[in-house]
Amino acid sequence: ISSPYQNEEKRNLSLGGHVGFDSLPDQLVSKSVTQGFSFNILCVGETGIGKSTLMNTLFNTTFETEEASHYESAVRLRPRTYDLQESNVHLKLTIVDAVGFGDQINKDERQVSPIVEYIDTQFENYLQEELKIRRSLFNYHDTRIHVCLYFITPTGHSLKSLDLVTMKKLDSKVNIIPIIAKADTISKSELHKFKIKIMSELVSNGVQIYQFPTDDEAVAEINSVMNAHLPFAVVGSTEEVKVGNKLVRARQYPWGVVQVENESHCDFVKLREMLIRVNMEDLREQTHTRHYELYRRCKLEEMGFKDTDPDSQPFSLQETYETKRKEFLGELQKKEEEMRQMFVNKVKETEAELKEKERELHEKFEHLKRIHQEEKRKVEEKRRELEEEMNAFNRRKVAVETLQSQSLQATSQQPLKKDKDKKNRSVITGNQSGVSLSSSKVMITKANVEPLNCNSWWHAIQCCSCLVKNATWREGFI
Amino acid sequence: PHVGPVESKNEAAMSELVPEPRQKPVVPMKPMGINANLLGYIGIDTIIEQMRKKTMKTGFDFNIMVVGQSGLGKSTLVNTLFKSQVSRKSSGWNREEKIPKTVEIKAIGHVIEEGGVKMKLTVIDTPGFGDQINNENCWEPIEKYINEQYEKFLKEEVNIARKKRIPDTRVHCCLYFISPTGHSLRPLDLEFMKHLSKVVNIIPVIAKADTMTLEEKTEFKQRVRKELEVNGIEFYPQKEFDEDLEDKTENDKIRQESMPFAVVGSDKEYQVNGKRVLGRKTPWGIIEVENLTHCEFALLRDFVIRTHLQDLKEVTHNIHYETYRAKRLNDNGGLPPMTAETEENHESNL
Repeated sequence: ISSPYQNEEKRNLSLGGHVGFDSLPDQLVSKSVTQGFSFNILCVGETGIGKSTLMNTLFNTTFETEEASHYESAVRLRPRTYDLQESNVHLKLTIVDAVGFGDQINKDERQVSPIVEYIDTQFENYLQEELKIRRSLFNYHDTRIHVCLYFITPTGHSLKSLDLVTMKKLDSKVNIIPIIAKADTISKSELHKFKIKIMSELVSNGVQIYQFPTDDEAVAEINSVMNAHLPFAVVGSTEEVKVGNKLVRARQYPWGVVQVENESHCDFVKLREMLIRVNMEDLREQTHTRHYELYRRCKLEEMGFKDTDPDSQPFSLQETYETKRKEFLGELQKKEEEMRQMFVNKVKETEAELKEKERELHEKFEHLKRIHQEEKRKVEEKRRELEEEMNAFNRRKVAVETLQSQSLQATSQQPLKKDKDKKNRSVITGNQSGVSLSSSKVMITKANVEPLNCNSWWHAIQCCSCLVKNATWREGFI
Repeated sequence: PHVGPVESKNEAAMSELVPEPRQKPVVPMKPMGINANLLGYIGIDTIIEQMRKKTMKTGFDFNIMVVGQSGLGKSTLVNTLFKSQVSRKSSGWNREEKIPKTVEIKAIGHVIEEGGVKMKLTVIDTPGFGDQINNENCWEPIEKYINEQYEKFLKEEVNIARKKRIPDTRVHCCLYFISPTGHSLRPLDLEFMKHLSKVVNIIPVIAKADTMTLEEKTEFKQRVRKELEVNGIEFYPQKEFDEDLEDKTENDKIRQESMPFAVVGSDKEYQVNGKRVLGRKTPWGIIEVENLTHCEFALLRDFVIRTHLQDLKEVTHNIHYETYRAKRLNDNGGLPPMTAETEENHESNL
């Protein structure tokens, strides 16, 4: 295959007619409109300096009504996202507030580092998304800070050391636009001197603030004019005051009305123009191509990656990827082993327990079986005894009956005995099954019986030679 | 010194934004449903103009590949599309040159400008495709070339110190020329499209459409569409990438009725009814290339250049390139660097 670029001569050709690719920017823009834009502003300044009011004024809405407290224990960053729409354009606006900034007694490192951390975290999140294997960058909600508005207290003298330290730390990470807040507290001449002082201090301390771009002829002029007006002295207000016959946003004092959108009163209009209407896209682009790239480069170098020369293997990251992957797999395997061991042990334990239980049950069963057999045997014995007694009794009965029949023939019939049985406590006839021996009184009732010589009927039965008389029977029971 | 003049300047700028009626309206003049009780004009919508200025300054890249047997009119068609001599045919290639024994890849770049928009157009020709007796695997060199461009881009992207604008040589669009047999697709056609539709946007076109009558054309198109469907070939615009209902209905119409476009190309001009038109002169009449009743060239041109150019690039970048990248990183065991936060990512990536 011949090298694809051997024929590349970037020849400029003229077209023979209308082709139609001049619609390309529209196609591009149309896509972006559908997807929507993100814009993220970081506001840094002392509490009460007018950050929220300025945001409200800039975007013509009331984002928030609560005032921040002055008693925060540390600086924390509070991002809030809003959906704005104008014409067809959807903007996801995120305003990040550095709450508590400048309020601490000890204004050291800890004022600035949360801010730096927050900015870095947004870069990190983007980087992680970019490095993913399966990524969706075009869907990604970009949270990287596009611009930092630094609010300078209108002392009229110079920058505070906190200001310098903070801006110096942030200037390589984010586009900084310094503004003088509450500009209606400074007079015109003081303001002019103040601005000059600030700019010279920034320059002498090497602080790189955002310069409005002057390379595009369309905007070069206005941008360079504006560059000269930095830092913008702004006044914010959402209240409306009647001036002449119009309602304008302004602050009303006893001595006059400061109109927000009046360029001779303050630089609000310039700020809005620069921030939103002219350079918003450039701010986004700078964040991506400069600040983010710098972060990425530093981060990757920090992690030990290096660019190899273009001829060698595709990824400088590849080897490290490989080792990391092996490490990771090794860890996974180890964990797997551990878990397997644990499982096996548990199984063993449970098995042992179960075996123990089984054994116990078995024992119990044996025990019960033995008891049962014992009982059975006893019952058998008793049964035998009972049977013997029954047999003995039956024999006697037969003997008695024989004797009776013999004596009946010898004597006359006696009146039928009444059924005295029923008076007796318990009646059981010997011929029925299930004889219970212990408390029964066995009775023989016969129609004719002869009086006995014995004291009791039991003796009478046992004494075969005696015959039972009625009277004896009546008295008969002991 | 007042807000007034500044605002009206912006409104004037906005009026330039309103284009001729296109398929997707860009920015209408009046503010529509306004959110969050906006009291007045902020200027957020100027970002459109800002963005457009920036893109016009940086310019665009577009890389189009043409594939098909020799003699189907590929070079002529590309010249007609861009109304200039952009193809291989015009840059020193001789028609008497022998057809190469294997598929060659020849890329030729030009810079063209229109309406302030600069475009670096690269036409990639594939002479020798389908011209051999044994055409087995003749798509492989093409697939290889396409993947090489993805590789090049990936390498740049992965660098630590990256260029501000990575040069884009990836193939955004591949025009596949179908021979107007009137019967059906050839096995070679099917094989090529099956393999390549997964890595690049393929737009099938029926070449030399002036050899078919209207009825033959309609039947052939239907048959081709059917065959492509049966073989599971997803040509551009792919169904799965339709973003919303609007896209879907628009693209459905194109997919099911117009494509594949039956085209005729020509770079010669003739006088017809007092106008100079591009056409082909035959004994029985002049075939006007840009006349919709004669052929569908104008549809193809509008589709590729005037409405879907940016989309072709985006699908290439967001989908084909990402697929290549994911595969590449996975194959080589390439995972993102491990930090505390990426533990969770790992699970999801694996």
